[in-house]
Amino acid sequence: MLKQFGIYFILMSNVFRRPDKWSAFRKQLMTEFYSLGVESLGIVAIISVFMGAVLAIQTAFNIDTPLVPMTMVGFTTRQGIVLEFSPTIISLILAGKVGSRIASEIGTMRSTEQIDALEIMGVNPANFLILPKIIASMLINPFLITISIFLGLFGGWLACITTGLVASEDYISGLRSWFNPFSITYAMIKTVVFAYIISSVSGFFGYTVKGGALDVGSASTKAVVQSSILIIIFNLILTQLLLT
Amino acid sequence: MIEAKHIYKSFADNDVLKDISISFEKGKTNLIIGKSGSGKTVLMKCLVGLLDADKGEIDYDGRVFSGMSPRDKKRLRQEMGMLFQGGALFDYMSVEENIMFPLMMFTKFSSGEKLDRVNFCLERVNLKKANKLMPSELSGGMTKRVAIARAISMKPKYLFCDEPNSGLDPQTSGLIDDLIKEITEDLEITTIVNTHDMNSVLNIGDAVAYLHEGKLWWTGTKEEIMDADNKELQEFVFATELTKRLKK
Ligand SMILES: Nc1ncnc2c1ncn2[C@@H]1O[C@H](COP(=O)(O)OP(=O)(O)O)[C@@H](O)[C@H]1O
Ligand SMILES: [Mg+2]
Repeated sequence: MLKQFGIYFILMSNVFRRPDKWSAFRKQLMTEFYSLGVESLGIVAIISVFMGAVLAIQTAFNIDTPLVPMTMVGFTTRQGIVLEFSPTIISLILAGKVGSRIASEIGTMRSTEQIDALEIMGVNPANFLILPKIIASMLINPFLITISIFLGLFGGWLACITTGLVASEDYISGLRSWFNPFSITYAMIKTVVFAYIISSVSGFFGYTVKGGALDVGSASTKAVVQSSILIIIFNLILTQLLLT
Repeated sequence: MIEAKHIYKSFADNDVLKDISISFEKGKTNLIIGKSGSGKTVLMKCLVGLLDADKGEIDYDGRVFSGMSPRDKKRLRQEMGMLFQGGALFDYMSVEENIMFPLMMFTKFSSGEKLDRVNFCLERVNLKKANKLMPSELSGGMTKRVAIARAISMKPKYLFCDEPNSGLDPQTSGLIDDLIKEITEDLEITTIVNTHDMNSVLNIGDAVAYLHEGKLWWTGTKEEIMDADNKELQEFVFATELTKRLKK
């Protein structure tokens, strides 16, 4: 365990170097924007809409006293989505989707000696392969999460008007009440930290694969499990640090 | 010329290489032979620095590779080409992009110059017009040839081949062997080839080193190997029916 941390930090010290060739780095970055970002849009959109809808319906059902105004539904949905659901849950989903992809891609390159081939050419493989993924994740995930927030709120609204539980005006005025801009900052800080965790931890498990296809599979499972656990832990730590 | 002096390497309690001292000459195909698991790949990886030897020194034409600064190592690496056992082509790049990759990373060639070089290398391995194919579309022999083309695209001074004909039929194996030998002689490269294939030994073995359980057991030429007076080497050489008959 401790040894793994050591290897992780040594690997990261090789990742955060000046790229051998900037034009190649930019090209890799564009590819990663696409494969880590654009290709995740679909799942992020679907989950966000449904999450927002469920959140709104649950809140509406649980308000059974007329003393609480129905605007609470919009307010609660917004708080839940912005503070927790979008940054944390979507990051966990991305840990599954993006994390396994990164680990298996790099792991396959390791087990088929493509990483050795890079090294022989004089390329720094850790930097060449992992840095663009980390940078791309840290830049693109805030966009994904922003989209997720809007779609979540939209999903809540859709649920309210289709079920007729809450009036559209009530929901929207709830969304706009007691808004603290720092909650967005908080969500984005979490998102960026989680993006780093997903990409670097998965990169690490892929890069250190030993053996064949089976080992690539188990590395990719480990990548998902470990980055999910780390996300949960860092969620607690960051919440403590930022909100109290 | 590449010289290895007193190389030791072990993994945990498995001593893989024990006091290997050997030199490899320029313009020759130098073979390292031995049974599976005898340490050929580990030795080659120590030579090129993919693995760090526990003890010993490695010199490239007098330049001490072991203990070089990362920057100098990187520069020396650009003089090396390596052919990996499975080819190790980048599978998301076409044949052309694979061969162009080192040129793109390390030269200031224009696109035209890069393409010329790619085509020259492809022609050298008899694979004209394969530019746009993807690695998944190549046969075993073609993969090896593209890998050779990529290995020589930077005009290396040193070429390393790990089991270049593993997984190939005897005829294709022979072609790959011939190709390696021709390239070595044409371009005056120091070439090192790992193999357990006696056909290759008799075909291209300018200098042959026999590795047995991590020790350097015997060195000589392909002419000398048939009459070598060494029990373990004899067992290795005459393991196949063909070589047994050859002896008679
Ligand atoms: N990365 C490694 N970690 C641990 N042991 C290894 C590693 N690479 C090779 N070995 C061991 O070294 C020995 C020699 O392997 P190798 O050099 O691959 O043999 P071959 O002559 O077939 O190429 C084997 O016993 C193998 O298990
Ligand atoms: Mg081997």
